[in-house]
Amino acid sequence: MSTQAHAADHHDHDHKPGFVKRWLFSTNHKDIGTLYLIFAMVGGTIGGFLSMGIRAELAEPGMQIFSNPHMFNVFSTAHGLIMIFFMIMPSLFGGFGNWFVPLMIGAPDMAFPRLNNVSFWLMPPALTLLIISLFVEGPSGMNGAGVGWTVYPPHSTSGHPGPAVDFAILALHLAGASSILSSINFITTIFNMRTPGMTLHKMPLFVWSMLVTAFLLLLAMPVLAGAITMLLTDRNFGTTFFDPAGGGDPVLFQHLFWFFGHPEVYVIILPGFGIVSQVISTFSKKPVFGYLPMAYAMVAIGAVGFVVWAHHMYTAGLSLDTQAYFLAATMVIAVPTGIKIFSWIATMWGGSVRFPTPMLFAIGFIVLFTLGGVTGVVLANPGIDRAFHDTVYVVAHFHYTMSIGALFTLFSGWYYWFPKMTGYMYNETLGKIHFWMLFIGVNVTFFPQHFSGMAGMARRQADYPDALAGWNMISTIGAWISIAAMAVFFFAMALAFVRKQKAGDNPWGVGATTLEWTVSSPPAFHAFEKLPKVK
Amino acid sequence: MSNSELKHHDYHLIDPSPWPILGAASAFTTAVGAIIWMKSLDDGDGVFGVTGWLPFAIGFTMILVTMFVWWRDVIKEARVDKALTPVVQIHLRYGMIMFIMSEVMFFVAWFWAYFDVALFPGAGVMGFEAREAITGGHWPPMVTETDGGYFKGTFDPWHLPLLNTIILLTSGATVTYAHHALLKDDRKGLIIGLLLTVILGVSFTVFQAIEYMDAPFTFGGHIYGSTFFMATGFHGLHVIIGTIFLAVCLVRAIKGHFTPQQHFGFEAAAWYWHFVDVVWLFLFVAVYVWGAGTPVTH
Repeated sequence: MSTQAHAADHHDHDHKPGFVKRWLFSTNHKDIGTLYLIFAMVGGTIGGFLSMGIRAELAEPGMQIFSNPHMFNVFSTAHGLIMIFFMIMPSLFGGFGNWFVPLMIGAPDMAFPRLNNVSFWLMPPALTLLIISLFVEGPSGMNGAGVGWTVYPPHSTSGHPGPAVDFAILALHLAGASSILSSINFITTIFNMRTPGMTLHKMPLFVWSMLVTAFLLLLAMPVLAGAITMLLTDRNFGTTFFDPAGGGDPVLFQHLFWFFGHPEVYVIILPGFGIVSQVISTFSKKPVFGYLPMAYAMVAIGAVGFVVWAHHMYTAGLSLDTQAYFLAATMVIAVPTGIKIFSWIATMWGGSVRFPTPMLFAIGFIVLFTLGGVTGVVLANPGIDRAFHDTVYVVAHFHYTMSIGALFTLFSGWYYWFPKMTGYMYNETLGKIHFWMLFIGVNVTFFPQHFSGMAGMARRQADYPDALAGWNMISTIGAWISIAAMAVFFFAMALAFVRKQKAGDNPWGVGATTLEWTVSSPPAFHAFEKLPKVK
Repeated sequence: MSNSELKHHDYHLIDPSPWPILGAASAFTTAVGAIIWMKSLDDGDGVFGVTGWLPFAIGFTMILVTMFVWWRDVIKEARVDKALTPVVQIHLRYGMIMFIMSEVMFFVAWFWAYFDVALFPGAGVMGFEAREAITGGHWPPMVTETDGGYFKGTFDPWHLPLLNTIILLTSGATVTYAHHALLKDDRKGLIIGLLLTVILGVSFTVFQAIEYMDAPFTFGGHIYGSTFFMATGFHGLHVIIGTIFLAVCLVRAIKGHFTPQQHFGFEAAAWYWHFVDVVWLFLFVAVYVWGAGTPVTH
């Protein structure tokens, strides 16, 4: 290949290819990680804009900004899909995973660098397909897919005859293919490219979290692909998988979807578990408490996560025995999760604790995730779920865990590794202002939803009774506080790039013991040309 | 390798490549083309005023081109650059195992849909009245007054399906024969074994096509045909992919690409073929044999 001959002509130790080759044809794990992070910022901005549409509509009873309740559902559907597939996953799994798995295990790159690049480049087409779906016909005479991120039939089949749902399905296909390919890459890298001495039981917990996440994606994503393919043929070829009129069963779709969907929520949060473990250990100047239980708790969460899916379906008509099983299995997950929460706290206990921004976000995460975990135990009970199903109580629960919980781990990792990735130090004061504003904003948004949910506030509905006006207005005010917090964040980041204050190889001191802190900031184009030794 | 003289490890650092982004563009074109095509069926309006299968065909051709140029590079890196060190070959093994694991989970979805109705055809179950009206509460379904004429009976498993089972099992043996020949550096044996495997693979597809044309049920309208064609159809697609994979290996064997020490391309094809074989055995047992029966009129 001519490119190889060309590159061979003038290599030096840190030779970077030209712009097109470096960013479009990349085979470098750090550059691909950067692409993922930039892509996630684009996705997060779109998803955040959509959530403001939701909160603006719900600020008061009656219709505010949408002329049609279907548009509200289109916004909440796109908000959910974009935040999951195009914000959290590309940043935590694709972005930080690509940047730091090879660095932490002392590998020069990923196992399959070219495959890595196609994993990234499948994402912008997937997002484009989803954006197109907003502007083509869904239900007769209306645009967009208002089906919820769960895409349940029959609303997603006979309820949406236009092509909007087809575009959303194909978007998920491409994003899913991307996830499967990058999972194969991460698993192979972690199993085969650890530097001499880096045994599995010495791997940083972030790498453990990525390993478990990759297995979840590898085994869960193809089932979703099957489910939405059947949805596609039901919509376009007259099959009757989910249509009772031809002997099908809409609940089958729910089973298939949640067999993917429940592992998927652990896909979203597990990388965050890994990040928080690194951050808390670093800023407590102590090794993480109970390293092996922490690693195997993630393995246990991943394994049990595959056999609890029907707790999302308590109101779908499951038999009592089935409900009892899924109740018990779901409660079991609280055990390994509890191990993790208590081990994080025990890591801080007796440590020399400092509170820079990444540590604040990590502790903020523990608070939010514990709260969301407790409401999860509540919702695990089919009897209670009968009343709470499809209320914003559930919305509060899953936002505390997999959305703002995951987001706080994302910011924790971002502030923690920003000096490593860019070589620059961010402004600590602005970072702390960002943290406190966001912490207040998200709690003001979501804590009242426990109350309004218990009072009967339904999710996925654009209008509600006047009695629920108070809590909803508070929620909307909280959303504006969060937006203001994000403005502070972008200002802080812009400032860091303007000031260019050098961070140094290890700005966090002796608590930061993992291998990425032994290389320069930013690391050389190919770090570890000589493999590091680990004792 | 551009900097092989600099590196102090056996890993394969790949130079920048245009194929991934071309592949992603191809996938996008194929996806949009597929929607346009599906929305053109039954005299539909298409999307954005575009109708027909052409956009899909363009996208799909782009995917094939991408795969060709991409794997051409891989083969060149193996043969010319000698970049596939032992550890890199282990990477490829892990990668292929993971890929097949994900494929297994893909088939779990089809089997799940099949057993959802085959184990619970709806006899006397509350909430399954509509299903019972279609299936008669029986699996295989009865021919009922309400099934719309989409289902008139099942295949005899001891006819073409049995022949296809024998064909696939035999092809598993011939591919193993080829592997043993390769390990003994017997190129002629390798070529004969692979040639037989490819012929058997093509025969399977031909017999499956003949069987499909005689089907007493349709893809649409009835859950029997939906689950049957989805499961066996995706299996058939995998047989075709596996046959092409083996045919590529045949060409490479004739060109002398494989050595007894290094032939992972062949091994991956053989693994994939065994996977396809095992899926067929499950289909044969669960769908063809266990799910067969004389059609009963309700």
